[in-house]
Amino acid sequence: MINNQMRENNGAATARRESEKFITPIASVKETPDGYTLELEMPGVSKDGLEISVENNELSIIGRRNTSAPERTLVHRESSSHNYRRSFEIDPSIESGKIGARMSQGVVTLTLPKAEEVKPRKITVG
Amino acid sequence: MSIIRYQSPEITAWPSFNRWANLRGEMNSLFELPVMPASGRHTQLFNGWTPPLDVYQNADNIVAVVELPGMCKEEIEISLHDGTLTIAGQRIIASNEGEKAERTERFSGKFRRSITLPTRVDAGKVTASYKDGILLVTVPKAEEAKPKKIEVSIE
Repeated sequence: MINNQMRENNGAATARRESEKFITPIASVKETPDGYTLELEMPGVSKDGLEISVENNELSIIGRRNTSAPERTLVHRESSSHNYRRSFEIDPSIESGKIGARMSQGVVTLTLPKAEEVKPRKITVG
Repeated sequence: MSIIRYQSPEITAWPSFNRWANLRGEMNSLFELPVMPASGRHTQLFNGWTPPLDVYQNADNIVAVVELPGMCKEEIEISLHDGTLTIAGQRIIASNEGEKAERTERFSGKFRRSITLPTRVDAGKVTASYKDGILLVTVPKAEEAKPKKIEVSIE
């Protein structure tokens, strides 16, 4: 239903940002009765650094780190300084106008509601 | 280091629809991961949860920075023993009733990272903050370990 989309390098929406290097954030996708929940790990990103857009069924999430470089010498480094970006192709059954987002301790949680007509429903025979 | 890796069993069950698209996406995401042999993200893929750790220092402090997205303060444990700083914890990612995991990349479980501190420190004055999923532990250097400027008067 939600596929990691492949046109990342030739998609029109992403081409203009070609010069900037991004890393792919870790993501988990869950299906709920009402839709999907998408969680992305973006440590170092606050609410203000988030950029979420939907264009031609392509949901893209960009997270920019808070850049603060205090006066200190680096001894050992494992983290990346790049910003985060990941795109997903969303199913047309998702109401893209009703996508909600929440940010807490470096984790972005997106809720993607399914359109009413595709939700499972019980029909009782009268 | 504890190697406890839990992933929802659902990850092995490919959804029957669009199977190849998913596989392609999966392969693609492997190539998209940063190629850095020493990187925490890289080892995480194969060894369980190893959150990336950075260490800085200045004249007064040694600062350890760990990327720990989506935790509660209470789940993080910081200890200092014999010149070794250890940051450990457990993240529990709860799943609610009626949810079905489609893709599980986030780790649920324990982690432990330790560093040997390069100088003597003032163990009583260690401070920590947790913001935007980043833990910052500041360990003040012991007075005798701080660089000192000695004025030499030349006659």
